[in-house]
Amino acid sequence: MFQPVLKGAACLLVHTPGLVRHGSKPSRELPPPPAPLPAAYRQALRGYATAVAYPPNQTFIGNLAPEALWQLPQPWWRHPLEGAAAEGRYGAILPEALFLGWLKVADAFDLVQLSEEFVAEIRPALAAHWLGGADDAARLGRGVAAGEVLARVQAGRGLPLYLGDRVVGCVLPGHEHDAALTPPVLLENLATKASAALALRHLLRRPAPAAPRVEAGALTYLLSCSEEAVGDRYNRGGGNLAKAIGEMAGCSNASGADVKAFCCAPLHALVIAGSLVAAGVAEEVAVVGGGCVAKLGMKFQSHLATQTPLLEDCLGAVAALVGRDDGVSPRLRLDAVGRHRIGAGSSQQAILEALVVEPLERIGRRLVDVDKYATELQNAEITLPAGRGDVARQNYRLLAALAVRRGELAPAELDAFVQARGLPGYAPTQGHIPSAIPYLPWAHEALRAGTLRRAMFLGKGSLFLGRMTNLADGASLLIEAR
Amino acid sequence: MFRGKRVIALGDRDGIQGPAIAACLQTAGAEVAFVSTECFV
Repeated sequence: MFQPVLKGAACLLVHTPGLVRHGSKPSRELPPPPAPLPAAYRQALRGYATAVAYPPNQTFIGNLAPEALWQLPQPWWRHPLEGAAAEGRYGAILPEALFLGWLKVADAFDLVQLSEEFVAEIRPALAAHWLGGADDAARLGRGVAAGEVLARVQAGRGLPLYLGDRVVGCVLPGHEHDAALTPPVLLENLATKASAALALRHLLRRPAPAAPRVEAGALTYLLSCSEEAVGDRYNRGGGNLAKAIGEMAGCSNASGADVKAFCCAPLHALVIAGSLVAAGVAEEVAVVGGGCVAKLGMKFQSHLATQTPLLEDCLGAVAALVGRDDGVSPRLRLDAVGRHRIGAGSSQQAILEALVVEPLERIGRRLVDVDKYATELQNAEITLPAGRGDVARQNYRLLAALAVRRGELAPAELDAFVQARGLPGYAPTQGHIPSAIPYLPWAHEALRAGTLRRAMFLGKGSLFLGRMTNLADGASLLIEAR
Repeated sequence: MFRGKRVIALGDRDGIQGPAIAACLQTAGAEVAFVSTECFV
């Protein structure tokens, strides 16, 4: 048996205001392309600089500690951070123009058609970007005539890709008679692939000392925990996007598989990654989660109604490296994995007892022995205008209430527990992405520095949405300093 | 209050989930006609 450790993590955002109209909710409720968008909608979209300076986005990429968000005036979107950088300690906020180029880079079947003018505009920047390079620039090709792109969009064959008001490309169907290969599905899948590959590249290419010191060729296994369905009409969710992501990131020695568990997939994937390392099946395993186009603009109607900017304008992507004990990295406690068993019950108490109490008791620990919990970290500024509450705070108060019920805390200490051991929600509502894992790089650094002793990551999954079961899902993983 | 009534239980994943509401209502004597949990994130 080998001890698995967390060697590093990357958290990326891609600012994609032009793709918001292709999110599930906007695509059903806005005028379909190529019709122009309502003025109120267009005015509510944010520019790149605004998205970069948005405090929760700075936290996501590692430039502003999560706890520091509580000290900032709110709403955060009214108080951009001065001097905010698009590059962060753990990630980056990438601009849409380059990402549309990376969609083409990710496309092996000529389904993404970018106009010649647009390709010429972005080629130099894509080639020069440290997450891109000459190979990426070459894969852009020459592009096609703009008229050809417009003709395909107007004929209803191509799903338009916008940069502002300009149509700069389109996505073609992968098959004339396959609902699993329609342009919207392919756009979702390519966006997940490209964003996950960029997060993995960030993890592998970032310079020392931040880098986990692993070459792309040293990875032997990849697990994708993304929210997409890659397949065809005979197997709509066939998957293994992990392998496609690894190919784009240059992991020529790796194989992989997809972990599908709705928003709980990242936690399951981390546990499986740790288990592969512990069993000696793989030495270095990357867990990757790409962004979800379907969730862009999910609450846009509520944001328009409350004069809030369309804050769901970013794809989120995470990559984490789990490997064999290197003598310095924090340990995955595979003897304290929390599972929401099928028979556990659906009350919050039952869920938390399965995910938190049982694994901690197994190793002789209590709730107050964990220094920091990472749970659902959705940015409340996105959910509050839609009347959906502060999901992070709700989850932390439930955890604290359980600690009170167990006699580990006095009722008067509940708020202090939330403040000390909880986090504000700061991640975009990208499904699996906000489910605990945005805190991975912060925890990794703090556990290595000794400022945290134990961090527990709790994920939840909404299995009932697939209409196969009324069950929810959950998993937890404790990561400990040496 | 619920005895003899037919109810629909709509739950929230991060709040009270549908099956938990249904279990409470059943013990209170209601007939649960439909259970669903929604997820708003």
